[in-house]
Amino acid sequence: MADTTTFEPKIVAYVCNWCTYLGADLAGTNRLEYPPNVRIIRLPCTGRIDFNLIIKAFEMGADTVLVSGCHPGDCHYTAGNYHARRRWMLFRELLNTLGIEQERIHFTWISAAEGKKFQQVMSEITEKARQLGPYVAYRKVCEAS
Amino acid sequence: MARIGVFTCWCGENIARNVDVDKVAEEVAKLPHVRCSLAYKYMCSDPGQAIVRDKIREEKLHGVVVASCSPHMHLKTFRKAAELEGLNPYLVEMANIREHCSWVHHNREQATAKAIDLIRMSVAKVMRNRALQPIRVPVTKRALVIGGGVAGIQAALDIADAGHQVVLVEREPSIGGKMAGLSETFPTLDCSQCILTPRMVDVGQHPNIIMHTYSEVEAVEGYVGNFKVTVRKKARYVDVDKCTGCGACWNVCVSKKNLSEFDFGMGKRTAIYVPFPQAVPARPVIDKSACLRLTKGKCGVCEKKCAAGAINFEDEDRLITEEVGAVVVATGYKLYDIGKDQANAKLEGYGEYGYGKYKDVIDSLQFERIVSASGPTGGEIKRPSDGKEPKSVVFISCVGSRDNAKGLSYCSKICCMYNAKHTMLYKHKVHDGQAHVFYMDIRSGGKNYDEFVRRAIEQDGAHYHRGRVSKITEENGKLIVRGVDTLAGVPVTIEADMVVLASAMRPADGVEQLAQKLNVGYDEFGFLSESHPKLRPIETNAAGVFVCGACQAPKDIPESVAQASAAAGKVQVMFSHQEMTREPEIASINEQTCAACFACVRTCPYTAIEKAEIRDRNGKRIKRTARVNPGLCMGCGTCVAVCPSKSADLEGFTEQQIYAMVESLV
Repeated sequence: MADTTTFEPKIVAYVCNWCTYLGADLAGTNRLEYPPNVRIIRLPCTGRIDFNLIIKAFEMGADTVLVSGCHPGDCHYTAGNYHARRRWMLFRELLNTLGIEQERIHFTWISAAEGKKFQQVMSEITEKARQLGPYVAYRKVCEAS
Repeated sequence: MARIGVFTCWCGENIARNVDVDKVAEEVAKLPHVRCSLAYKYMCSDPGQAIVRDKIREEKLHGVVVASCSPHMHLKTFRKAAELEGLNPYLVEMANIREHCSWVHHNREQATAKAIDLIRMSVAKVMRNRALQPIRVPVTKRALVIGGGVAGIQAALDIADAGHQVVLVEREPSIGGKMAGLSETFPTLDCSQCILTPRMVDVGQHPNIIMHTYSEVEAVEGYVGNFKVTVRKKARYVDVDKCTGCGACWNVCVSKKNLSEFDFGMGKRTAIYVPFPQAVPARPVIDKSACLRLTKGKCGVCEKKCAAGAINFEDEDRLITEEVGAVVVATGYKLYDIGKDQANAKLEGYGEYGYGKYKDVIDSLQFERIVSASGPTGGEIKRPSDGKEPKSVVFISCVGSRDNAKGLSYCSKICCMYNAKHTMLYKHKVHDGQAHVFYMDIRSGGKNYDEFVRRAIEQDGAHYHRGRVSKITEENGKLIVRGVDTLAGVPVTIEADMVVLASAMRPADGVEQLAQKLNVGYDEFGFLSESHPKLRPIETNAAGVFVCGACQAPKDIPESVAQASAAAGKVQVMFSHQEMTREPEIASINEQTCAACFACVRTCPYTAIEKAEIRDRNGKRIKRTARVNPGLCMGCGTCVAVCPSKSADLEGFTEQQIYAMVESLV
């Protein structure tokens, strides 16, 4: 197990512009503190998230990736989050084949009103990432190829 | 070498407290392509914006990153400032170092490091931003109103009075909707037809309104400002232009025993008929399933009697096309038809009330026709089975509403009020009669509404029992209603002559199909979805399509009318411009690399992508490709994620931009 006291995991979060990004804004407005490990990338909709982006994040050294959008039924674009969810179900199978540890990817719904939930999710996944340690295994694969 | 300017904001103490802004500016200045980097106390203030503008001019910047608050707060502000200085507004990006950094991370060192990271990502992105031009689309200043009930009538009249042409499509032979069949209206008890029919006439005579009655919307193409709508005009078998509405035909029609739709089956009509005397247009239609000439080839007496020669048995459905810029949906409601086959098996409850089995168990709209002066009984209250005056009537609330177990979970909103009204109308006509109401709660919010219910109870002596009815049986011509009064804590049995069920309000039949044609969302019950429940209650997620009336949620007449006028207002806002501008951050397809698999066409929630062909100058097809309609695309980017050949991309969030952001994280 990695040294959990000094290791600071890199977390990339792909979030939709209308729900989770605003949820993160609300966490800020309410001054809800969470670990500073996450780097948020704003996209219009989770439907825009091509899973190559997730792989790319790992390639670039992320230890954990989060995908978060609107709750089912609340998508600003009617159905983008359903597409994301369906794609995620299929993608999960592929991850095994690729050898990516599934517990390094998180998929959640956080609405614009859930600043508190954003804080909780950030704290939880950071803690989880700390426990998992640096994702050296995948980086070795990247370097080898 | 790109020339990027980075402007870091202190936001007073908001950012500067936890982020070392000077260090950030210093570190960011070292990034490749960053031409200038400076920090200022309030970037969004006038002097702050002036700094940005000065630097754009002096340093001839290609792109700008403002590191401050959320882009939802000030992206527009800074884009506008850049535009004033001649820099394309879409070359401005923001790094959110307040909401996503200084406000949530209290460790100054870590927060400063994160702020630098966030800015680095934005710099990587902005270098790949493209200058975009807002999309301009012309506006056809004609509106389509679907549904000619009170909401549709109001919306059509308001838009037409503002000087724009309106196409009004109504499925039934006459406009008027449910309100035309109501007796009197709460809380004033004014006669429904007396207030509605003048407005119907206004619609019929308005020079700006084109009415298509007995017609339905068949297909909708195009996009906001430029819809092309195909309307099916159902075969009426009567030439509306020749017909004078004299009535000779329906007076001689031999097929007289058809249930009247307008009377909800309480009365009869002929095969050639006008639904009610004040119908607009006052022109008959022939019910082809009842007409002897059309079913058996016999009769044809109406044709002989018609002096105008308006009857045409060869008539067929016609499809016509209307071009409009905006659509108002006002398709209204129907009542939950208890006891009938339901599309949803969950809704087959309430057999214990005997609706459809006992003739004297009717629903509220049927009761409206019985009390209406223009109804089948001429306004005398007679029960359907034997025509006797009922001396005891039980009204049951919430039949199907607020019942998760066997009905619908929502409150139908208007039943408490019309139940009170029904008890009053009944008492005013049958002085020695007794009205009973079984209710769950009395919901009478609204101007003069609660006073109205109190009047029904206190002045007109209606007996209100708080509780549900478990079963209704028929014995010796009486309906035995067994229920409970939960306030008294006793079972109640009432021998009634008639029972009226306040059935739940449901959206009109076929609204889901219509919603799909218009790309409007609907909820699990079929009510159309507004864009935002509080702030955009009239708009839908389909640009240029508005909703009003009971197709959106159960509502009463005043609310429907108010919403209809609001929809008309929204349409007029659209029509006040010659052309519309839309955000250019939309999808595009690289037609050279597109493999024409059309995965995007199937995924697009807005049907904004169409199949197209590229042809050479001789018209010979070179290849097939997908193509984005910029008028329809809303910029969600779902097509980008599904495109196997990576030919789809989304301006503002291109593959290059997003990958560059990820890569900058190393």
